[in-house]
Amino acid sequence: MNTRETATAGLTDGRRIAIVDYGLGNVANVRRALEFLGHRVELTKDPDVLRRADVLILPGVGHFADAMKRLEADGLIPLLAELKEEKPLVGICLGMQLLFGHSEEGDADGLGFIPGAITRIETRLPVPHLGWNALVSERPELDGKDMYFIHTYKAAPGPDTVATADYGGETVTAIVQRGQLIGIQFHPEKSGDAGLVLLQQAVTGGFREKEEASE
Amino acid sequence: MIKKRIIPCLDVKDGRVVKGINFKGLRDVGDPVEMAARYNAAGADELVFLDVSATDEGHDLMLDVIKRTAEVLFIPLAIGGGIRTADDIGRLLKAGADKVSINSAALARPELIREAADRFGSQCVCLSVDAGWDEEAQDWFCFTHGGKKKTDIRVLDWVTEGEKLGAGEILLTSMEGDGTKDGFDLPLLKAVEKAVTVPVIASGGAGSADDFVELFRETDVSAGLAASIFHNEETTVGEVKSLLSDAGIPVRLTAGGVPNEA
Repeated sequence: MNTRETATAGLTDGRRIAIVDYGLGNVANVRRALEFLGHRVELTKDPDVLRRADVLILPGVGHFADAMKRLEADGLIPLLAELKEEKPLVGICLGMQLLFGHSEEGDADGLGFIPGAITRIETRLPVPHLGWNALVSERPELDGKDMYFIHTYKAAPGPDTVATADYGGETVTAIVQRGQLIGIQFHPEKSGDAGLVLLQQAVTGGFREKEEASE
Repeated sequence: MIKKRIIPCLDVKDGRVVKGINFKGLRDVGDPVEMAARYNAAGADELVFLDVSATDEGHDLMLDVIKRTAEVLFIPLAIGGGIRTADDIGRLLKAGADKVSINSAALARPELIREAADRFGSQCVCLSVDAGWDEEAQDWFCFTHGGKKKTDIRVLDWVTEGEKLGAGEILLTSMEGDGTKDGFDLPLLKAVEKAVTVPVIASGGAGSADDFVELFRETDVSAGLAASIFHNEETTVGEVKSLLSDAGIPVRLTAGGVPNEA
């Protein structure tokens, strides 16, 4: 089977996926990857479209404080708080960091959906943490898989952490999941075949068993 | 553990992959999208398209190449060449590039680095430096315009300046090494890698898979880039990674990344 067949096995119909458009970062490649995986994807900040979607993606590349300002200006913060109770919300890269309570980057409060804070990576290795790094996870389908990271700030591991990565002695959160809320620090859409399979898992059920996920 | 990256570079002119020696004498070596897909399957960690087109029409063809590549390729794609303004960068990113490398335009106007980093993020901005050794001054100097013009800007000054302005990565090409296959320019790479905190990609001089082992044994650079040895099938990305792995250097091993039977 090729990657597309592997990743779409058992998926009878693509999900309606809405990528939250708040004007930050390059989301074209997240969209292309999701379409490649058989989903119908819209890039939007229209509340009606976001409400209708099966899954929400919160993308983001850039500055934390700037991103929060944009989300606030577009009135998206209360909407996301409401919708995260109803459907899966997947934050990618900066989008993952925004799910947390606070970040050192611009000393700004985040969405606060997941407890914890974002801090700068402290290591003697080059920063940003850039390149392919292996996931460390108790989940066998994730453990040891190389994914493409590029970030300067990190979430320390906590109770919601599903996978981490080690960078020069720093343990950074790679995947976090709290109920239907998922955060992915790296770029699955840039992580080759393994990344596509993982992205598919994120938008079609996530990384915890059903019993675990219920709160 | 972070992996050392192996990056094939494709020089693209008017929508076709070309290769020259010492930046001269270009010849056609293939279709960029086909070659990109092949390198992806072989385990390339990232790809660079360097647009060496001389005309606006040539640069427009590049946008089409990027779009077609991004539809089938899900690893990082960097584009260099022909970039003069932040708007140029915006167009490349919109077409599907993940980052751009800026060379001559940044030397001509360093503020371009800051503008690009502010607008698109440092992760999008790779500062590309063509370095040549000056025997008289006993130092490396920056070259522009595909290596044709020497400047009076010292490489070590420029990379630290570039990092301050917001470059997220340095792509360092040795003018002496490029196309010669004598191995990477280790003294240059060591000097630059110690001068900056952002990741450094080594380029110029790779002549065999062994050169990559030497590169990562002798320096702390993050990645090695090569063009002709991969295009000419003197070695494969898989072979390089296999050799590195045997030497205890961490690399991403993929299903497609095993050495060819050949």
